[in-house]
Amino acid sequence: MAGLGPLLRKELLEQWRTLRLPVIATIFLLVGLSSPLLARFTPEILKSVAGDQFSITLPTPTAADAVDQLAKNLGQFGGLIAVLLAMGAVASEKERGTAALLLTKPVSRPAFLGAKLVAIGLTLAVSVAIATAGAWFYTLVLFQALPVGGVAAGAFLQWLTLMAWTSITFVGSTLTRSSLAAAGLGIVAFIVVGILSVLPGIGAWLPTGLGAPGRALALGIAGPDAIGPAIATIALVAGAGLVAWLAFRRQEL
Amino acid sequence: MTATIPRPAPSGSDRGAEPAIRARGLAKRFGSIVALDGLDLDVPAGSIFGLLGPNGAGKTTTIRILTGLARQTAGSATVTGVEVGLDRTELRRRLGYLDQDPRFYGWMRGRELLELVGRLVGLDGGELRERVGAMLERTGLTSAANRRIGGYSGGMRQRLGIAQALLHRPQIVFLDEPVSSLDPEGRRDVLELIVGLRGETTVVLSTHVLSDVERVCDRVAILDRGRLVTEAPLDRLLADHVRPLYRLTPEAGQEPAVAQLTTRLRAAAWVSNVDASADGGLRITVSDPAAASSSLLALVVEVGVRLADFERVRPTLEDVFLELVGTPSADELDGRGFVRPREVDR
Repeated sequence: MAGLGPLLRKELLEQWRTLRLPVIATIFLLVGLSSPLLARFTPEILKSVAGDQFSITLPTPTAADAVDQLAKNLGQFGGLIAVLLAMGAVASEKERGTAALLLTKPVSRPAFLGAKLVAIGLTLAVSVAIATAGAWFYTLVLFQALPVGGVAAGAFLQWLTLMAWTSITFVGSTLTRSSLAAAGLGIVAFIVVGILSVLPGIGAWLPTGLGAPGRALALGIAGPDAIGPAIATIALVAGAGLVAWLAFRRQEL
Repeated sequence: MTATIPRPAPSGSDRGAEPAIRARGLAKRFGSIVALDGLDLDVPAGSIFGLLGPNGAGKTTTIRILTGLARQTAGSATVTGVEVGLDRTELRRRLGYLDQDPRFYGWMRGRELLELVGRLVGLDGGELRERVGAMLERTGLTSAANRRIGGYSGGMRQRLGIAQALLHRPQIVFLDEPVSSLDPEGRRDVLELIVGLRGETTVVLSTHVLSDVERVCDRVAILDRGRLVTEAPLDRLLADHVRPLYRLTPEAGQEPAVAQLTTRLRAAAWVSNVDASADGGLRITVSDPAAASSSLLALVVEVGVRLADFERVRPTLEDVFLELVGTPSADELDGRGFVRPREVDR
């Protein structure tokens, strides 16, 4: 992995200088803060919209609603952002010619790819952590305190899910010179996994299968085991990294 | 036009020393398109080597294979003794490379780019700072070092490209069309910089600007449609392939005498061609330089033509190039002005 350290440093600096990290962290923070607020006030908003003409009976919101709202928002916005982050990671560097600049230096191709994947992973990790911290704080204010360890574990599973979309899109970005084609692959994977996730037996082993264990961990209640889907998702990320390397090592630039 | 002269033996091999580049039968095809066709080339270590050819001749393809950016379809090559290939870090440790259209990260500062490259080639601490400072100074970028590269002019980017290519004192540096996008001043600066590398490293310079090659190169290889046409020291190339040319400018009002001189010259065995120019001058191409040296002025005196000017024209690389490669016809050019590559059955 010759050159991994300097390349990772460059990738992280790029995430900061191009404002990807600050912008994405801010979006995630807004998502984190708004999720408990939406959970808490959605029934009241609906009632006020309906007025006196309709009678709507809604259950009293709880911390579980806040956790569900956060998971839903991060799953959708976060998934989209994961695809956006990874789509141009390699493709745009090949297209612009900057990949050739670096790869005529004593840099191994696995290091070139690894630095990018790790940098995207760190950006998403920081962003998910900020979103989760914001959501935890507002849940405390509006509902009740959630177990910090459980919430952190749930956030890790949420990040792992996002890394699945990232790594699939990353493979697309490595295979082509088109960021749009890479994004297409990531979005198709997002949709296909979403469809497959409802199938009994399979769904629990897909990245989306991490949702239920993550929810249970965050609420500190009993739930499905996270080990199986976590290992499957880690294997998916590692496999995608391997496919990316196998494709990239023979590519001309 | 295809050259008919015999291909000379690669020159580095008869020198005894290990060449910086040794290519044997190097070929590259893109489907049925032949970009490079069995290139044999030896580049002597320490030389400033010009890789010449019209657009589409295979210069960039050759450099991309030798730098590990592309894979050859057939043949083999070593650069500083290391076999070329796509993922050879040892090869890339030894070389510097400047793309014909160098691209950098616009968000990065010039100094940061050189520091990144320095770390990638294994420099750190004081040595890294010293080399980065020296290369910024050498390329005239010290005052712009802390500005973002996105705001650099084309010339500044080109100089930054040269700085990053030379930062780690590579054993060999490949410069692909390094001055093609520069204004005359920038061109002069970069060429002077390249001349300054003589004795420091082996330089392979690809260009289609012949006057630049004449200014800086020791040796030249001419490629045409993926094939090596010739390879030799520049002086030998000029001596071997260009017939001496004389230019006579008679004083005005001697038309009958000049006409007689022209007739006598055309009849001389040592003259291969006489052209009358619009200003009344004569361009005389000779086939026997020794006979011309002793007989030309004697003939002028004998006919009684008074001369305003007499000059033995120094042959240029352009003359060599045109003799060996010729000027492509309109049919041979594609829409971008590139010579159409040859196609073969797959």
